[in-house]
Amino acid sequence: MSFLEINDLKVHFPIRGGVLNTIKDHVYAVDGVSFSIDEGKTYGLIGESGSGKTTIGKAIVGLEEPTDGEILYYGQQVNKKRLRKKVNYNREVQMIFQDVLSSLDPKKRVRDIIAEPIRNYEKLTENQELEKILTLLNIVGMPPDALYKYPHEFSGGQRQRIGVSRAVAVNPKLIVADEPVSALDLSVQAQILNFLKMIQKDFNLSYLFISHDLGVVKHMCDYIYIMYRGRFVETGTREDIYNNPQHIYTKKLVAAIPEIDVENREALRRNRIKVEQEYSEKESLFYDQNGRVFDLVQLSDTHYVAIKNKEDLQDVENSIA
Amino acid sequence: MEDEKILEIKDLHTAFRFQDEYFDAIDDVSLSLYKNEVLAIVGESGCGKSTIANSIVGLHDKNFTKTSGEIIYNGENVLNYSEDQYNKIRGKEIGFIFQDPLASLNPLHKIGIQIEESLIYHTNLNKGQRHERMLQLLDQVGIINPKRIANQFPHQLSGGMRQRVLIAIALSCKPKIIIADEPTTALDVTIQAQILDLLTELQDEINAGIILITHDLGVVAQMSDRVAVMYAGQIVEYAETKELFSNPLHPYTRSLLQSIPQADSVGEELHVIKGMVPSLKNLVREGCRFAPRIPWILESEHEKSPMLNEVSKNHFVRCTCWKNFHFRDDGGY
Repeated sequence: MSFLEINDLKVHFPIRGGVLNTIKDHVYAVDGVSFSIDEGKTYGLIGESGSGKTTIGKAIVGLEEPTDGEILYYGQQVNKKRLRKKVNYNREVQMIFQDVLSSLDPKKRVRDIIAEPIRNYEKLTENQELEKILTLLNIVGMPPDALYKYPHEFSGGQRQRIGVSRAVAVNPKLIVADEPVSALDLSVQAQILNFLKMIQKDFNLSYLFISHDLGVVKHMCDYIYIMYRGRFVETGTREDIYNNPQHIYTKKLVAAIPEIDVENREALRRNRIKVEQEYSEKESLFYDQNGRVFDLVQLSDTHYVAIKNKEDLQDVENSIA
Repeated sequence: MEDEKILEIKDLHTAFRFQDEYFDAIDDVSLSLYKNEVLAIVGESGCGKSTIANSIVGLHDKNFTKTSGEIIYNGENVLNYSEDQYNKIRGKEIGFIFQDPLASLNPLHKIGIQIEESLIYHTNLNKGQRHERMLQLLDQVGIINPKRIANQFPHQLSGGMRQRVLIAIALSCKPKIIIADEPTTALDVTIQAQILDLLTELQDEINAGIILITHDLGVVAQMSDRVAVMYAGQIVEYAETKELFSNPLHPYTRSLLQSIPQADSVGEELHVIKGMVPSLKNLVREGCRFAPRIPWILESEHEKSPMLNEVSKNHFVRCTCWKNFHFRDDGGY
């Protein structure tokens, strides 16, 4: 069952200007998105840079104040600091970051870094705390002598593992992972992804996986949300999105993935150019005159797409086939 | 592929100085580039792929590097070139596209002037002709309003636009060789696809040879004609793209291909290569460099001093350890 519900979330940033530094306009970073998060599931947020995916993540952990909309944790509003404290929300929702080095305090040793959330939320004696940290390090596959080292002494993959062990230290329900592997090499990336999947089973965690790498999201996520200009253009299960994309933006995105398929690369390229053309021709069906994405329309139990009229999909389908 | 060979690298070594000692960043690299082909160099960070690129155009500080071997271009070994001689080919005959376009454009000059700069040095065009050529170049790389963009500064453009401007600069003198060092790593997939398609189109027009340096095997599969896979400063496998992806032989290539998250990997564990990439300083330079990552393969399977062997036509693999290589099923933990 879902423990976190996001209803019509909006985050707008003011643009100031003029002599008096008054608000001239807003950036609609997140403009009305709704979804819910179940226990033990992985959700993927995909979009280009600037589409607002990180802002959603930040709003959920409470680093960004929503302009409008609700974030409900077991039915309780948690969009104010006071409310979050009351239900112990900050303990249950943790975050791991893309640029790990800048998210770890350079003057703290690994022991203190991992102990920070524990000291905030649990009353443990020094020995108990040390024991817990050692168990955590063991889970993420780091040797005990890492305890008294500083973040700069580790490689990128090891740092990301320290970040993960800090996030799971207080047994959270949800981890918001903002591009956790995009700075890592392929073999290290595989290590971290395997490991995230492994601890998901152990802790019954949910992930909100923010990424622009469609391969990674496909591998990790049960349910996928495609974002464009602060709104969802298409949401659905992995199969819905990859095998049956309906929105032209999703199609463009899927067509743009460089596949490991040397034999068919000419065909893939032709398809990509065709989809590109389609995109510029059919733009008006999928976006209103201000370029805003329409509201989501239900196609099947799990599959939603943002379009004005459902019937228009038929046209697009025919002209591509 | 019986085209003209335009660049040949023979037995290249580049060493960097660190506390009065020199460490080889690349070892025994031999490659050749033909007209109108894309040669991809692929590997993880620190394997020396950018070092090759920078060695070709002599971008290393001579006080801190030692290079030996030969890089033959136009019948001459460019490693013996003076800075003046280098300046004559850099930008004119060898174009360079860097990963970070913002860092390689001058923030204080307008786009137009930066494109015209190489025309000033390398051509005899007058001011009006240069301006015209500049606008034509911007148009060629798919910029919709060249006149307006030419008058803007780099920070006013998006990442994809900046990369297009860099491509325009690289193309300005119709180079014979284009070196693209991670040209799309900082870009979104949709923009990446556009930039790569653009490069392919432009290559057909000027028949240049492209050296594409990347860590993305997907890009390699889509773009290149031949591939060199690098590990710890050496080429471990070198073959035509089709051959490499349909019949990968070296354990490193096979492990890399296994660790890509793909459609059919859903629910399964990804393959993890045991251990870590050795640092330049601690690298053991004798024997097979990949051996510590595959400890279950017996020492007798490796060569003492591994060479690139031609196992089938135009397919080279280093060391003999590929012959009996198999994956273990413990997922690398």
